[in-house]
Amino acid sequence: MDDISIVICGEAGQGIETIEKILTKVLKTSGYHVFSAREYMSRIRGGVNSTEIRISSKSIKAYVNRIDLLFALNSKSIDHLKDRTSDSTLIFGDKEIINNISDLIDIPLLKITNNLGNLRYSNMVILGIICGLLDLSKNDIDNHISKYFGEKGEKIVNNNLESISEGYRLANKLIETGINIKIKKGIEFSRDLSKDNLMSGITAIALGALAGGCNFISGYPMTPATGVLSFMSKYSKEFELIAEQTEDEISAITMAIGSWYAGGRGMTTTSGGGFALMEEGISLSGMAENPVVIHIGQRPGPATGLATRTEQGDLETSLYSGHSEFARLILSPGSIEDCFYLTKYAFSMADKFQIPVFILTDQYLLDCQYNFSPLDYNKYPIKKYIEKTNKDYHRYKFTKTGISPRGIPGFGEGLVIQTGNEHDETGYITEDAVLRKKMVEKRTYDKLNQLKNEVIYPELLGGKAYRFLLIGWGSTRNIVEEALKQIKEPRLGFLHFKQVYPLPREIMGYLVNAQKVIAIENNATGQFANLIKKETGFEIKNKILKYDGRPFSVEDVVSKVKKILEE
Amino acid sequence: MEAKDFDLLNIDITWCPGCGNFALLRILKETFAELRINPENLVVISGIGQSSKTPHYFKTNSFHTLHGRAIPIATAVKAVNPSLTVIAEGGDGDMYGEGGNHMIHAIRRNPDITNIIHNNMVYGLTKGQASPTTMMGTKTTLQVEGVILDPFNPIAVAIALNASFVARAFVGDIEQTKEILKKAINHKGYAIVDIFQQCPSFNKINTYEWFKKNTYYIDDKHDPYDRIEAFKRSIETEKLPLGIFYINNKKSFEENIGLYTDNKEPICFRERETNKIQEFIELNMR
Repeated sequence: MDDISIVICGEAGQGIETIEKILTKVLKTSGYHVFSAREYMSRIRGGVNSTEIRISSKSIKAYVNRIDLLFALNSKSIDHLKDRTSDSTLIFGDKEIINNISDLIDIPLLKITNNLGNLRYSNMVILGIICGLLDLSKNDIDNHISKYFGEKGEKIVNNNLESISEGYRLANKLIETGINIKIKKGIEFSRDLSKDNLMSGITAIALGALAGGCNFISGYPMTPATGVLSFMSKYSKEFELIAEQTEDEISAITMAIGSWYAGGRGMTTTSGGGFALMEEGISLSGMAENPVVIHIGQRPGPATGLATRTEQGDLETSLYSGHSEFARLILSPGSIEDCFYLTKYAFSMADKFQIPVFILTDQYLLDCQYNFSPLDYNKYPIKKYIEKTNKDYHRYKFTKTGISPRGIPGFGEGLVIQTGNEHDETGYITEDAVLRKKMVEKRTYDKLNQLKNEVIYPELLGGKAYRFLLIGWGSTRNIVEEALKQIKEPRLGFLHFKQVYPLPREIMGYLVNAQKVIAIENNATGQFANLIKKETGFEIKNKILKYDGRPFSVEDVVSKVKKILEE
Repeated sequence: MEAKDFDLLNIDITWCPGCGNFALLRILKETFAELRINPENLVVISGIGQSSKTPHYFKTNSFHTLHGRAIPIATAVKAVNPSLTVIAEGGDGDMYGEGGNHMIHAIRRNPDITNIIHNNMVYGLTKGQASPTTMMGTKTTLQVEGVILDPFNPIAVAIALNASFVARAFVGDIEQTKEILKKAINHKGYAIVDIFQQCPSFNKINTYEWFKKNTYYIDDKHDPYDRIEAFKRSIETEKLPLGIFYINNKKSFEENIGLYTDNKEPICFRERETNKIQEFIELNMR
C-alpha cells in the first residue's frame, strides 16, 4: 500500500487534535508524506468531530472522502461517517462503547484506560495502535511524547508513554490476526523529507505576514481566522510585533489602517461576519489611499451560518466592500505554501499601491496541514515605499502612475495630511469638480492599470493543450490537482487563480482555446465565474458547485468532472 | 514658538459665525506652541463632524477619518511611533455616540493619547438633531416632542472605568482650557478632555451665557487622585464642574505591550530580519 486514509472520530474534548499533532509530526519524521484535515462542530465539548490523516509514499496535499481505517470513539461516529465508509473500511472501536455495527474490530479502550486510571488516555492508546500497525519506531514516538507533555510533569509523561505501549501491544495482537497496513516510506520513493516543512494554513498565513514585515496585527476572535492572531500574539515579543485583540472588528480594521499611516505594516484577520463590520474601513483605505492588509478566513454564511465549516462565499463581498469606487487587490492562496508567499507579498503590494489588499482563505485550507519542500525565502522580498518628506510635501501629489510618494508623520519636514473626504493634492477637503474627477481616476483607473502590469498569472495544471478547462481559485487547487492525476485525461486542464482581482488582461486567451470551460467553486452561485463574465463577457455555463459547508474531496471532483466530460 | 507657527494661510473655514470651534482652534494653536510641539511631530486624528474638520485649519499631521473611529486609529499611530504627540479629536456625537465603544475600551487600554471632545450638546454637521449629551426635553427636528433619553455623562463613565486622566473645560475660558489641555497632553496615558462649547446655529438652550452661568471650576482643595470625590463631582447637576476631576497614574498601552521597555526605537523604524523567519521555520516547522 502506498496511500492510506485514517480517520479518528469522536466528541470534542476527546483529544483527537492531540493525536493529529503528534502523529503527523512522527510520520513526517519517519519519512512518510502526510496530510491532515479537520471537520468539527461549533461546540467545545460533545458532538461529533473527525480528523483525516493521510499517509503516503508520495506527496499528498488534498482531502479524500475515502476512509481506510476508522477509529471511532463513540457510536455517533459510525453514523456521522456512513457516507465515507465502505466494505473495505476497517473500523476500530471499543465493543463496550460502540454497539451499532457488526464488523467492528474491537479495541478495549475502557478496560485499558481503566487500568491506567483515566479514560482520557484513550487518544494515546489509539495513537499507539496506529503507530504499531504502521510499524513506526517506538523510540521516535516516545521521544515525541516526552517532548510534547514534558512541561506537564513526569507523571503525565509516564502515563502517556504507558498508554502508547498499550496501543503497541494491541497493534501486535491485531497484526497477528492478519491486519496488515504497512506503507512504503516516502523517503524510499522521493526526496529526503527531513528538510520539509509541516504546518497548517493558519501558521503559514501568520509566518507569511511576519516575513512580509508585518509589525501590527489587530483582530477580534472569529473562527476560523482566530488562529492567525493567536500565533502572532504568541510570538509578538520574538518578532517585535504589536498584536492586539480589539473591542470589535471596526476597531480591528481602523487600528490596522492607523498603523500604516504611522509607518507600520498592519493586518487584520477575520471571517465574513466580522468582515461585514469592517467595510467602512475598506472604504476609508480606498479614499485616503492608506494601505491595509485583510485576511478573511471564509466560512459559510450569511450571518453566523456554519461557524466551523468551509465555503468560498466571500469573493463578492471582498470585491464590492466599501461604497463607491477604488482599486483593490484580492489574493486567494491555493496551497499552504501560497498562504506563506502571498501573505508576504500582500504587504509590499499594499505599501506600493496604497490600497486594501485581501487574502481569502477558508476553514478547510486554514485547518489542514501537510509537508512540503523548503520555502524559497527570496521570493517576493520585502519592498518598502515610504519616503522622507520635505517642506512642500503633498500627500496626494498627481503622478503619471497615479501613485503618490507616501510619507509618514515625523519622518522628514513635511506634513502628512490624509482624509476620507474628497481632497486636493495636499490632503485638504475640496468640492472642486475637476479635482474630484482627477482623484477618482487616480484611485480607480490609474491604480488598476498599474496593478494589471504586476498581475500574478493563473497557474495551468494538467493538459497544456487542453480542450476542457476547469477554472478555480483559492483552496480547491490541490484537490483538483490530485483529481486530474486520477482522471488521466490529457485534454483536461485546470486554470487556478491565486490572484482573483484584478484579472490579467490576457484572460480571454485562456478561455477561447477550450471547447468546454467548467468553473469549480465552493459556493452556490459561482462567484468567480460571474466575475469573469463581468470582466470579459465570457459566460461559463458548466459549473461544479458545492455549498454544503464541506470542502470538495478528490473523489467529488473526479466524479463530477468525469460526468461533464462524458456529456 | 508661537501660535502663528501653526497658522495656515488662505483657508476657507466652514464653521458658522460665532461657533465655539473658533475659540478652540485658537486655544489648540496656543497650547501646542506653549508646549513647544512642532507640527511635524504632532498628529491629530479626527472623526466626522464640524469639530473633526479642525485639523484642516492649522499646521499639523492629520488624518480626518471615519465617524467615531478616531480613537482606534490614534491608538495604533501612538503604538507604532510613540515619539509622536497624538490627539484624537471629535465632537460629542462622534466620540460618545458613534465611537462610544472605542472610548470605553480606550479607557481600559490606556494608550498615551489625548482625546479632545468638542461638546456642544447637539449635532452640527447634520443640522441640529440630539446628540448623546443633549439635555432631556430639548426639542429638535427629530426629537419633536423633546429628547426622552438620559444624557450621556462622559466624566462619570470615565471615572467609573478608572480612566487615567479626566477633565472638562469650557471654550469661553481660554487660559483655563489651555492649562487643562497642557496637563492632559503631558499626562502619560489616555487623557479625556470634554470641552463645553456653544453652537449658535442649532443649540439655543446651552448658549455661551448658559455655560458661563451653569458651570464652576473645581477648587484647589479637590484631590484629583481621590476617585470617590471625583465621581461625586462628576454627577453634580445643579452647576457643572470644570477642571481636572481625576488622575490615575498607571502604565500606558505602549508600556504594557513591552516592545519599548529595552528599545525606544519606534516599531515603524525597525527592520524585520528575513533570516529570522527562516531560522524559526527550520527550528519549529520541520
